[in-house]
Amino acid sequence: MQILIVISNLMLPLVFVIILSYGISKGVKVYDTFIEGAKDGMSCAVDIMPTLVGLMMAVGILRSSGALDIFSRIISPLTDLIHYPSELVPLTLMRLVSSSASTGILLDLFKQYGPDSGIGRLVSVMMSCTETVFYTMSVYFMSVRITKTRYTLPGALIANFAGILASVFICKIIWGQIH
Amino acid sequence: MLNYLWVGMIFIGILTAAFTGQMEAVTNGAIDSAKEAVNTIIIMVGVLSMWTGLMKIAEKSGLTEYLSDKLKPFLRFLFPDVPPNHKAMKYIAANVIANVLGLGWAATPAGLLAMKELQKLNPEKDRASRAMCMFMVFNMSSLQLVSVNIIAYRSSFNSANPSEIIGPGLFATFVSTAAGIAVIKIIEMRRRKCRF
Repeated sequence: MQILIVISNLMLPLVFVIILSYGISKGVKVYDTFIEGAKDGMSCAVDIMPTLVGLMMAVGILRSSGALDIFSRIISPLTDLIHYPSELVPLTLMRLVSSSASTGILLDLFKQYGPDSGIGRLVSVMMSCTETVFYTMSVYFMSVRITKTRYTLPGALIANFAGILASVFICKIIWGQIH
Repeated sequence: MLNYLWVGMIFIGILTAAFTGQMEAVTNGAIDSAKEAVNTIIIMVGVLSMWTGLMKIAEKSGLTEYLSDKLKPFLRFLFPDVPPNHKAMKYIAANVIANVLGLGWAATPAGLLAMKELQKLNPEKDRASRAMCMFMVFNMSSLQLVSVNIIAYRSSFNSANPSEIIGPGLFATFVSTAAGIAVIKIIEMRRRKCRF
């Protein structure tokens, strides 16, 4: 499984080499194009700033009040059964509903535990294999006025759940205990 | 939706604080977090811009188009009901590639266009077709090469190795996508059997 760490280290350089050499071979002015694209990144970050302020603030209130801890403690007998850290339950649930709100909780966990802690790593992996199921479904299906979504929801929830299990599994194998 | 969620989080927090006597902590929590949000963004702008810059090159050189072309055999397996040269396939491919490369803002428009084209093939207009179910589940299983945002957030919280989660993340996202496809294929197979 250490191969996954090797992949982690190689991925970005590989993406650089592939994209740049393909660009050069097609006669694209790579540097100018990069600068042009980087500007998009700037405006993208500025665009999400107000959202993030609003949601991190709300999560900050929720956590400092102790409400999240109380919730985790209530639910921990259940999560202990499947060896899942109860601190992650709020994030797991919020992740299905809202991408920005779950980002707020994610950053709050980074702040509390650090991104290199067991929990920090697990949430990082988890966030990359889960999706805001309810939000995405409503946007996509509403756009074509479909009301009967059939087996989409169970399918998506199973996929997300499998992703969460895989995250716990792989983090335990690579980095040992989560707590 | 987000309106209620947001108000809910704040009110539950303040109410809990009223019972536990943590009002001061709540005030500091709110102020700290708002400050933290801006710091986070400032640091993540760099990583984000690096990625969007690179992807602009991929887009201009035709690499993204080339990749979505290479995806066709796989899409034919996923969507046997959609004619291979139908417009829907093109938009689905564009959506998948944008998601894989972490270009969320490019993925959604392509995805909505794909739904519109799939709807044209759909005999019952208020009921999701098989292809739509597969497309949505595949889309929401979030197949992604590099989670740029997560790496950016990790680096803004001073991680020693922000990108160490790429490999494990790939593993997890492959599992979730494979599970999603398998579930939908199994359901489809069983339904087909029932019909005969």
